[in-house]
Order: sequence, then C-alpha cells, then structure tokens
Amino acid sequence: MDFRLTSEQETLKREFEEFFKQEMKKAPPGWGASLETMFSAEGFPFHRQMAKKLAKNGWLVRHWPKEYGGQDAPIIEQLIFSVVLGYHRGGGIDIFGVGMLGPTLLAAGSEEQKREHLPPIARAERFWCQGWSEPNAGSDLASLTTRAVRDGDDYIINGQKTWTSGAHLADWIFMLARTNPEEKRSRGLSFFLLDMKTPGIEVRPLYSMESTHLFNEVYFDDVRVPARNRVGEENQGWAITRATMNFERSNVGMMSGLKRDLEELVEFCKETRWNGQTLAQNPFVRHQLAQLAIEIEAGRAMSYHIAWMQEKGGLLMAVHAASAAKVYGSELAQRFAYAGYGIMGLYGQVKKASKWAPLLGRFESASQLCMGMNIAAGSSEVQRNLIAWVGLGLPRTI
Amino acid sequence: MDLDFTQEQEMLRTSARDFLTTECPKTLVRELEESEKGYSPELWKKMAELGWMGLVIPEEYGGMGMQFFDLIVLLEEMGRNIVPGPFFSTVVLGALLILNAGSGEQKKELLPKIANGEAILALALTEPTATYEASGIKLKAVAKGDSFVLNGSKLFVENAHIADYIICVTRTKEGANPEDGITLFIVEGGTPGLKCEVVPTIGLDKQCEVIFDNVKVPKKNMLGKLDKGWPLVARTLEQATVAKCAEMIGGAQAALDMSVNYAKERVQYGRPIGAFQAIQFYLADMWMKVDMGKNIVYEAAWTVSEGLPATEKVAIAKGWANEAYKFVTERGVQIHGAIGTTRDHDMGLYFRRAWAGDVAFGNTEFQREMVARHLGL
Repeated sequence: MDFRLTSEQETLKREFEEFFKQEMKKAPPGWGASLETMFSAEGFPFHRQMAKKLAKNGWLVRHWPKEYGGQDAPIIEQLIFSVVLGYHRGGGIDIFGVGMLGPTLLAAGSEEQKREHLPPIARAERFWCQGWSEPNAGSDLASLTTRAVRDGDDYIINGQKTWTSGAHLADWIFMLARTNPEEKRSRGLSFFLLDMKTPGIEVRPLYSMESTHLFNEVYFDDVRVPARNRVGEENQGWAITRATMNFERSNVGMMSGLKRDLEELVEFCKETRWNGQTLAQNPFVRHQLAQLAIEIEAGRAMSYHIAWMQEKGGLLMAVHAASAAKVYGSELAQRFAYAGYGIMGLYGQVKKASKWAPLLGRFESASQLCMGMNIAAGSSEVQRNLIAWVGLGLPRTI
Repeated sequence: MDLDFTQEQEMLRTSARDFLTTECPKTLVRELEESEKGYSPELWKKMAELGWMGLVIPEEYGGMGMQFFDLIVLLEEMGRNIVPGPFFSTVVLGALLILNAGSGEQKKELLPKIANGEAILALALTEPTATYEASGIKLKAVAKGDSFVLNGSKLFVENAHIADYIICVTRTKEGANPEDGITLFIVEGGTPGLKCEVVPTIGLDKQCEVIFDNVKVPKKNMLGKLDKGWPLVARTLEQATVAKCAEMIGGAQAALDMSVNYAKERVQYGRPIGAFQAIQFYLADMWMKVDMGKNIVYEAAWTVSEGLPATEKVAIAKGWANEAYKFVTERGVQIHGAIGTTRDHDMGLYFRRAWAGDVAFGNTEFQREMVARHLGL
C-alpha cells in the first residue's frame, strides 16, 4: 500500500485549491454548498456561473472520454478534485447531469444520444433533474405508475413525480416511466430524456420544514417525447439505472466538507466562552469534537477506498460499498448537525438571518435538512438492506 | 496511491490463516486461557519456524527483514483466530523497541534469540497509576557502581511471568517535565528481587503485577540513553497501538463472519433469522464498522511503517477499532441469542478480547483526548 500522492497530483491539487480559494470569495452570503443553497434563488446563478468556469478550465467532466468533452482523467484525479471542491464548499457540479446522467449515457446511451446530450453537460449549458420518486413509489421505486404510451415516433407521458430536487430550475429531466402496464414491477419501465419546457409539464414547489425550496412535484399531462429520447430498449429502463454507479457515490466531497465544518466549529469553541471557560476546555465538548473527527476520518478513508476500487474496476463498483458510503455519510452529517446544535446551547436555534446566529446559523438549518438526506437517494433502511443482501448474502424476502 | 496489499502480503495472510486454523483451534485457545503459562511452547516453536517472530527483524540478525506493515497483516490474522501467548509482547513491544533503540551489542545478543523463538519478552511500562502518560512512571532506578538498582512496581505487564527479558521503563530523574528522566533497562527474567504475579483479567491474557525489590541491573543493559527514554516509549506505543488495532479488527471480522453464518443457518418462525430486517440491520452496521475500520487501521499502520508523523491517525484508528470490536461482538452475542452468552460459545472469546483490547494502549476516551489535542483544542 502507498497513500502518497505523486508530485504531479500534488501540483494538480494546488491548482484546484488556488482556483476555489479565489472563486469562492464571490459566493453569495450564506452559501453553504448544500443542494438547498445551490437551488435557492440567490445560490443558483452562482452555481451556474461556477459550472461555466469549471467547464472552461476543463475540470467539470475531467474523467469523461475526450470525444464527449472530458479528458480521460484517472479517477484518483477526480478524487483530488472532489476533496478540494468539498473542502472549499465549491459549487458548479450538477450532480444529476454531471454525476448521474453522464455516466448513464456513457454506459447505456446510443451514439446519437451521447453526441446530443453529453457536450451540453460538459459545457455547463444544460442542468438536469431526476424524475424517479412518485407519491406511491418511494423506497419501492419499481412500483411506479407514471405511464408512457407509444404513439408513432413519440411516447405520450402521463403521471406525477415528486421530491424532484431542483426541477424548478433544471433545463431537462431524465425519468423512469412505465411502458408495460402488464408488468407490475421493474420489468416494464423505460428511461426517458425530456426538455422541461415540453408542453404539459408542470412544476409545483414542496417546501421543507425549514422553508427552503429544493423539492418539487412534477406533473405530466399528455407530454409528448420523441422515441429517440428513450435510453436503452423499451422496458429495460430499470437495468440502466442499476448498471451505472458514479464517482460521487464515494462521498469524498462530503467528507472534506465536513472536515472544513469541523475546523470552523473547533475555532468557534476555542473563541467562545461559556460558564467561565472556553467551550474548548469543556471535556464533553472536546470529546464530541474528537469523536466527530474520528468519524469524518473514517468516512474519508472509506471514500478513498471506494475511489480506488473504481479506479481499478471502472465506474462500476459493488452496490453495498455505495450503500455504505451513502448511509454512513448522511447519518454522520446528522450526528454532526446535532452535536453542533447542542454545543452552541441557546444560540444553536438562531437562523442565519439574525446577527445572533453563530456560524451563519449552520446547525439550525443542518439539524432539519439532515433528515432529508437519510431518505433521499435510497433511505437508510434500503441501504442497510442492500448491504445485507448484496454484501453479506442474507436472504432477500422482499 | 496504491491501496492494495502486495502479493507477498496476501500470501502471508493466506498461509497464516491456514496455519492457525489447523494449529490453534479454539479448544487450544480455551486450554491456554486456563493454563498457568498461557502459551503453548509447541505452537510457539512452530511459529518461530515459520519465521513469524523474526518477520520484522533484519536478516543480519536472523530475521526475515520485512516491514512493520507486513507485521500488521500477520497480527490481523492472529486477532482473527485468537492466538494466546507472548507474540505481541515479544515482537511488537520487545523486538521493535530493541530494533529502535538497542546498541549493536544488544541487537546482536537479543534479536537472533527472538527470531528463533528462544526468547520471550515483556514490556514493563504501566504501573498502579494505570496511565500511558510519562507522569505515571514512578518506579525508580538509582545508579550504584556498575549497576542500577530498581525499586517499585509495575502492573498490567503481559507475560512477565514467562519472560526471559523484561524491558522496564523507569524514572531516573524527577523534574518539571515528566517526559524527562525516563530510562529503559533490559532486565533478565529471574533476577533476584523480581516478583511476578498474574492478575486475572477479562481477556485471561496473563497480565502481571511485577514487583522490583532492589533489582540490580548492569549498566550495559540500559536501552537507549539515560533520562532520554520517553521518545522510545512513545514510538513503541504508537507501533503497539496500531498493532493492537490490527489484531482487534481481525477479531471483529471473525465475530462478524460467525454472526452472518449463524443468521443464515438459525431458523425461527420458519425462516433463517437473517431474513428478518432487525438482524439484517445489525449485520449491515457491523459490516460497516469492520470494513471502515480496516481502511483507517491500514492507513495508520502504513503511516507508522513509513516513519511519517502518525500520532493523530493512530489515535483515530484505535478510537474506531475499540468501538467497532465492542459493537460487533455485542451485536454478535445478541444475534446468537442465549447460546452466545455461554462460556462454550466462541463469541464470548471474542467479546472478552474486545473489552481487553479496548483498554490496552488507551481506551476511546484517551484516544479522543489525543485527537482533541491534535485538533488544537
């Protein structure tokens, strides 16, 4: 084993760091690199602008093949990029377009689809959202009922998606719809790409308990999509969603973001006096912060390991490793939020709009927003089931 | 970056696993736990023949000349199988310390004996003060002619009762800085004035109380320099802590495997208990703790092996390994039900070692405090 970076990689890292240090000075007040910030009215323009700059530097899709706008860069370089991006709370990565659809099309798209859809993602011209969940198909996604019916060269889509992050700002949506109603579960689904401006699509906001607008409901009323926008064969959409995993699943950016959050909380505890001593002198606070440092480091090591497996095996990787990274990351973010909230005492509750808010009210919002992360993209329960079934070979009963 | 083990390391792992499965069955583990000596001279001899005791000893001293990181692979397997005996105290605490600090003569005399299995070593570090900090070292060594005279007591000294050599950490000077004035001596087992008594502990791992009553040690047996012994101890503690992590994570993996297998076999309500989500969730969490533990333990061990600053990484690894091993064996017992709580079941062997490992070289609270200092708190 050897955990060192090469000198070329160190140089690259410094280049990334310099860029983000400079660019993040221009972030709007309260920027936090969460999806909620990126898709807020103040955050989104900055997010898009950052994406343009990353694209211009050739960094947005470095690991993609050259012919579609990438640089064929090794995963380890992507790892370094994500570490720096996460630490500096950088914006600009469309997790749906760059992170999910891109790899999906690279693996399963037709040549025509790759040429049509990958370059606009690589140039940061087209932002995507993901039409997966429905009101009656959450964890049991394969039971979804939104219908797509073939009509000549088109399909006509009717139904409803929900929890669609950023649909109010996205240019396009990739979605699953049922093309075979006889098949109740995953076998009758197809994968479609739609322009959000297509007539018949309506987006309605869903506000979270702390009042941010990230999620939406998306209604489809006789929406016409050309058949050439179906990815893969008809009724084979599920396999496409299962076949691709993306680099971001390693969670590396999140871990370095948490490292930064911890550094700031440590500084806060060193400066803040309570009951006659600094918070940093309080043994309980010290141990809470140290435990977080241990858990963040363990998460970071796991993400490096996943990146290493991806480097060796392409972007395909063990499902249970991705599940572990997901459930560990979201639950750690939750523990972090609660610890931060607790350490701040009465001040923990203050929203960022107030002059009394420590660290921009980070833990007031994080303690609410963290809940969604335990549910989004596969609930913690689903992830644990996957670890048990796929990783440990335990009997699958559902 | 390269996060794979070498082919050689993989071979070492496989051969160690095969050897221990055959030569150190759980019946032997139980027998040795109850025995006075706590080890099997026969097994010890076979391990020496495989070159294990000399794994990290340079070839010029009769060893195999491998690296500390290679030793980690072996220790993980020993933790996985459970191997009672003085391997850890002889090799990790003894041989490495002599390698780090010994004079040419000391190395020439002791390392070949360790490599061929002739010498068993113990490290007498902790005292009834029960701390791994220098302030806890009270046992006095006073110069007298060509010797030093040692007086005081040591506690939790693993295998002192069978040791041919005990490396004793003594105080030779009192001062404002407790890390100053620490000196190490190599004391031969059986030296007059040395008294040993095994303390019964949760791991039944033969930790001793060692009384030094006017024990005379020749000056030439000083290991390292007078009063300057603490950095040697600190380096040994770093190596020992991460080595203990490897053992623990190996044990945790065994307890996990045992639990997964049991969950697939044990039928209740007409189905294997592993089909129930409650059990699946336990096992998923156990797997995560073990798998993630490996990553940080390997990275910390590699950092130590490379001689890079590793204090924080080692503290993090131990903090994780402590909790992971305890968690996995606790859930392991729960999954096994009542049988898991019995003396006859192997889960208990691992459960007890998790708790013994937890306090060795600093429990989680101790490691958190180390991490807190590194955070600048």
